[in-house]
Amino acid sequence: MMRLDIDMTLVDRARSAAGRIADGIQPTIDAYTTTSIERTVLRLLGLNGVDENDVPLPNIVVDQAQAAGLLEDGIAYWIGSAMLHQGLSLSEIANALAREEVSFDRIPRSDHDTVRRVIEHEATRVCSYIKGRRLQRERLIVGSNSSTPPYLYVIVATGNIYEDVIQAKAAAKCGADIIAVIRSTGQSLLDYVPYGPTTEGFGGTYATQANFRIMREALDAVGRECGRYIRLVNYCSGLCMPEIATMGALERLDMMLNDAMYGILFRNINMQRTFIDQHFSRMINAYAGVVINTGEDNYLTTSDAYQEAHTVLASQFINEALALRSGLTPWQIGLGHAYEMDPDMTDGFLYELAQAEMARIIFPEAPLKYMPPTKHMTGNIFKGHLMDAMFNLAGVISGQTIQLLGILTEHVHTPHLQDRYLAIENAKYIMNNARHLRQEITYKKDGIMEKRANEVLAKATSMLEQVAAISLMSAIEDGMFASVKRERTGGRGLDGVIRKSEKYYNPFPEMFMQELTSLDFSPVLWGDPVKGQGRGSEQWK
Amino acid sequence: MEVNMTRVRPYGDTLDDGYMQLSFTLPVQCNAEARKAAELLAEKMGLEDVKVVYSHNIADIFSFFVVYGRCIHSVDMTAIEIPKVDADFMSYQEINGFIEKHIARRIVVVAACTGTDAHTVGIDAIINMKGYRGEYGLERYPWFTTYNLGSQVPNEDLLAKAIQVNADAILVSQVVTQRNIHIDNLTHLAELVEAEGIRDKVLLIMGGPRISHELAIELGYDAGFGPGTLPSHVGSFIAQALARTMRNSGEQARGVYP
Repeated sequence: MMRLDIDMTLVDRARSAAGRIADGIQPTIDAYTTTSIERTVLRLLGLNGVDENDVPLPNIVVDQAQAAGLLEDGIAYWIGSAMLHQGLSLSEIANALAREEVSFDRIPRSDHDTVRRVIEHEATRVCSYIKGRRLQRERLIVGSNSSTPPYLYVIVATGNIYEDVIQAKAAAKCGADIIAVIRSTGQSLLDYVPYGPTTEGFGGTYATQANFRIMREALDAVGRECGRYIRLVNYCSGLCMPEIATMGALERLDMMLNDAMYGILFRNINMQRTFIDQHFSRMINAYAGVVINTGEDNYLTTSDAYQEAHTVLASQFINEALALRSGLTPWQIGLGHAYEMDPDMTDGFLYELAQAEMARIIFPEAPLKYMPPTKHMTGNIFKGHLMDAMFNLAGVISGQTIQLLGILTEHVHTPHLQDRYLAIENAKYIMNNARHLRQEITYKKDGIMEKRANEVLAKATSMLEQVAAISLMSAIEDGMFASVKRERTGGRGLDGVIRKSEKYYNPFPEMFMQELTSLDFSPVLWGDPVKGQGRGSEQWK
Repeated sequence: MEVNMTRVRPYGDTLDDGYMQLSFTLPVQCNAEARKAAELLAEKMGLEDVKVVYSHNIADIFSFFVVYGRCIHSVDMTAIEIPKVDADFMSYQEINGFIEKHIARRIVVVAACTGTDAHTVGIDAIINMKGYRGEYGLERYPWFTTYNLGSQVPNEDLLAKAIQVNADAILVSQVVTQRNIHIDNLTHLAELVEAEGIRDKVLLIMGGPRISHELAIELGYDAGFGPGTLPSHVGSFIAQALARTMRNSGEQARGVYP
């Protein structure tokens, strides 16, 4: 039974327009590589570490290859040639390059097939390692008592990974299912990934592979204590999207913030760079069994949530289309939306619920990620706590999968320990108290909510058809998303976009996609099949 | 109700009963000793008749408390002086009329969220066409020319832009205040402006949820705007301050500032 009667022909039209939009961007994605993709290839091949000035070795190698004009062939080809010519391992070559004992202009071209054999040997090893991490996650989930969705998602953001661990463990013990470590403000604009454990950050903690590992171990330990699998989230966005995806795949992160357009609109990162990077990063996330979270909530921080609701839906369609083309399956596509309407609005709750129900119907398998009120939080923590309660009610009624918990002190400070406890208590109370309300209610035919949902859908469809007609990049240039205009050649990171030569070599897309499309590729479980909670949103069907 | 303004105390249920509520967490196990510790702490803070009305264990190593007590302290409000932004707030129409009359040229404003701060909500509300709470942003004012440079702008870039476009005012927004990063950043900008020798040529204005006019004055700015600020507040201040400067420096202005 359809809960809200929405016009499915419009849904089909919107989805097909989003498909055309994604197809329109694909030739750009296919024709270019980026410095961050090439650094990712090195990381996947096992390169890690920094030189004496803390410059990551992948950056040193890729920068030197770029300066020598070799990146168009792919770093995998040239590093393979160097390994063959010098008889050294990847890490020995990288260190020799860092010490300027070896230079790319003294490396002759090696035979392509020989290079492929050398590189593919290494690539196969990392693929099976990542697959092992994925299977390990599946075993841990199946062996534990899974909670019932909506899964409770909270953030930690102390700046110090060891302090984060204390707070994350406390939150897990209070009932949190998912822990996100917020990144230090500004990391998205770094064109490298910092290295090692970090204890200094602003508004968050640096995403480093060592920090990922420290938090993963801590959450596994507290998960064993609680008998639940605690999921770990980080940010696969900014100038190092695919590198962070790789670090997450190696360290068994479970979810990644990974939006196709966020960096362009809200961080002024070049659009070509972002579209190319997001594709490869999502492929890695797909292979690692990671659930991505898209960032549609951000539209509503700069625009009115009621007026611009259709832009959220339009972006969800685009994110879905691009994600599917990167090998992600629907249960991995955690489309975002948010509870951000002005609390003074009459019937605001009805409009919020209409939007949330509509998303649930249109993306039935997606583990939807629902974001809490932030824009209209004022520092009146008492009213804020009530707004968060209404948000939790909307979440449980509309069958959201991931509920990012609102914090009563939003707008005051990054959450204190007690703020998180109060947020979890709020959510547990409401979601338990109204657990099966969803199954008991139907919405009025042609009522306020049904009309609203159809109106938003109609606007989103026409917006998508308009974008499809002029191409996504032109639409962004025209300021059609979040009222932000970005130039095709503007923003940060364009200098890291390189046209591929005909001989371009990167072993991973093919290896990943081959397995991702094969039938025996074991699906990663989201939820607990033993207890009938199924993957994705099965329990909501 | 007769409130003694020299001895103001919290009002709970009757005048001067001093009742306050607070909540906090102690990093200890939740037990009778912890509750006593919470009570003693509240007493040290100047509360009497302390009641720990709620305590709750968090993760076995923390205790959360809700506490009531009567505050023994009072404040003399007659002795309080708060620096306030020196401006009569005008409407959109009035501001444009004022500029036309007293300044007779467009006011140039350069704005940014500087340093590592990525939160443009505040600066966008003040500058962008759309504005905030039904009020247009300064971009929409015919008598303002605005440049919103967005987020994560280095102070140096903001200053360079201000010099390039001959700005009358620099607006800087700071949202992230963890470990007082905003103070360092705002101080740095003020120093740069000083070093360039243009401090007397430009209005330096800060804004953000944790910003006060008092802080602005302390850091050598002309004004600071906190939460709830509307574009017209900032517009009024800039227009009037600029008119005052022009009058003082004898710069040609058509009208006479009242």
